[in-house]
This record gives sequence, structure tokens and C-alpha cells, in this order.
Amino acid sequence: MTALLVALGAALGGPLRYAWAVTLDGRWPAGTQLVNTVGSGLIGFFAALSLTDQAWALFATGFCGAFTSYSAFAVQAEERGLRLGGLYAVSTVVLAVAACALGYWLGGVATAA
Amino acid sequence: MTLRDGAGAPAQVGALRRLRAVDLLLVSLGAMVGALTRWSLGEAVPDGSGFPWTTFAINVAGCFALALLPMLRVVRLQPTVAIALGPGLLGGFTTVSAYAEQARSLAADGHSGLAGTYVLGTVTACLLAAVAGRAISHRPEPEGALE
Repeated sequence: MTALLVALGAALGGPLRYAWAVTLDGRWPAGTQLVNTVGSGLIGFFAALSLTDQAWALFATGFCGAFTSYSAFAVQAEERGLRLGGLYAVSTVVLAVAACALGYWLGGVATAA
Repeated sequence: MTLRDGAGAPAQVGALRRLRAVDLLLVSLGAMVGALTRWSLGEAVPDGSGFPWTTFAINVAGCFALALLPMLRVVRLQPTVAIALGPGLLGGFTTVSAYAEQARSLAADGHSGLAGTYVLGTVTACLLAAVAGRAISHRPEPEGALE
């Protein structure tokens, strides 16, 4: 059952990432960066909600996990060389962690409300 | 500098691709397999409360594999295979969200040093894995493999 929920979340998250990447990625991979930032914000939000294991499997492990991608991120950075790739790598990491913290905070606010 | 800088910018960097329904389906199928593999590894070897070694290993291996992907002839010849394996399988396998949440959680639990080590350690190892994979494959990423 848990596996099914992970697969279902990933079946939606993966193509949604792909659609944003195809639409927005250029010399600066704006689509992949947006997706990695939003997905990290969402998982932070979900973490604050104390979800059941099954809801976590669907929304966090499945959806957010497949929506975001470390492999595309790292290879895109490598392809762009030290300057642009380095800037892309550092900004993605900072945005992802910051978005996750923000999402967690918002989740706490939503739970308290 | 990467190997590729010497050979000129690859054609697909900066080039926008068309969004096709069949590609979305291929990514969806690949991402399901990738995410299930990631989840199974996490069940077999849980990350636990310290350094998230399992997620670390998954991300590093996935970055290495994506850079190696163009070694496969079928990936170079068939964009559909590149899409199913790149943004599909490996995109679903690797994850930025779990990485960010693990770092946040470690820092929130008072392990700021460990969180910082994890954040920097993963990004460094993944970039090195991509560079190493590229050095071995010695080929540009085929059309569709990245997005």
C-alpha cells in the first residue's frame, strides 16, 4: 500500500517537474530551480503537519521526491562550467533549504490556526 | 572548467524543447520506478537520526548515472529512452526535497554542524560525481536527458 502511494505521488510529481523544466529551462535552468525550490518548500510544509505515514509516502516521498531532482540539478551545473554552474549550484542549495524552512514555518502557522 | 567547455556549448543548453504528452507519460513511468527504488532503499537502510547516508548515496549515484547515460547507444539514438531514463527514472530516484528537509530537521534538532556538513557534502559529492561521470562518458548529455 505504501509503495503504491509512493508510485502515485511520483507519477504526478515527475511529469510536473518535466513540464516546468521544458518550459522554463534555458541557459539558466529556471524551471528546474523553481521546481527544486517549490518542492523543498512543500516538503517543509508537510513535515510541520505531522502527516500519517501513508500521507507522507504520497505527498513527501512520492510527489515531492519525484517533483525535485538532484541529478538534473547537478548535471546542469556541471554543464555550465565553474562560474555559471557554480552560481546555479549555490543558489539552488540556498533556495531549497530556505524554502524548506519557510514551508515548515508556514505549516506550523497553518496547524496553529 | 568542465570537459565540455573546450568542445563548445552543447546544442541543448538553452534550447527549449517542445512539451509532448507521450514524453510526460514516459517521465511519469520512469519517475515511478525511480521513486520506488529510492523508497525501497530507504526502507532497507533507513537514514536514521544522524547523517542521512542513504539519501546521500542515492543522490550521488543518481548524479553519476545521469552523467554516464550518454554512454548508452540507445540513449543517444532514441530521445524517448533518454527522457524515460533521465528526467524519468533518475529524476524520480534523486531528490532535492528530502535533502532540504533532512538538513532543516537536523538543524532544528540542534545539529547545525551536521546539517551544514550534509548540505555541503551532498552538493560537493554530487557535482564531483557529475564531473567524473562526464569524464568517463566523454559525451554531451543527449537531447531530452536533462529536462
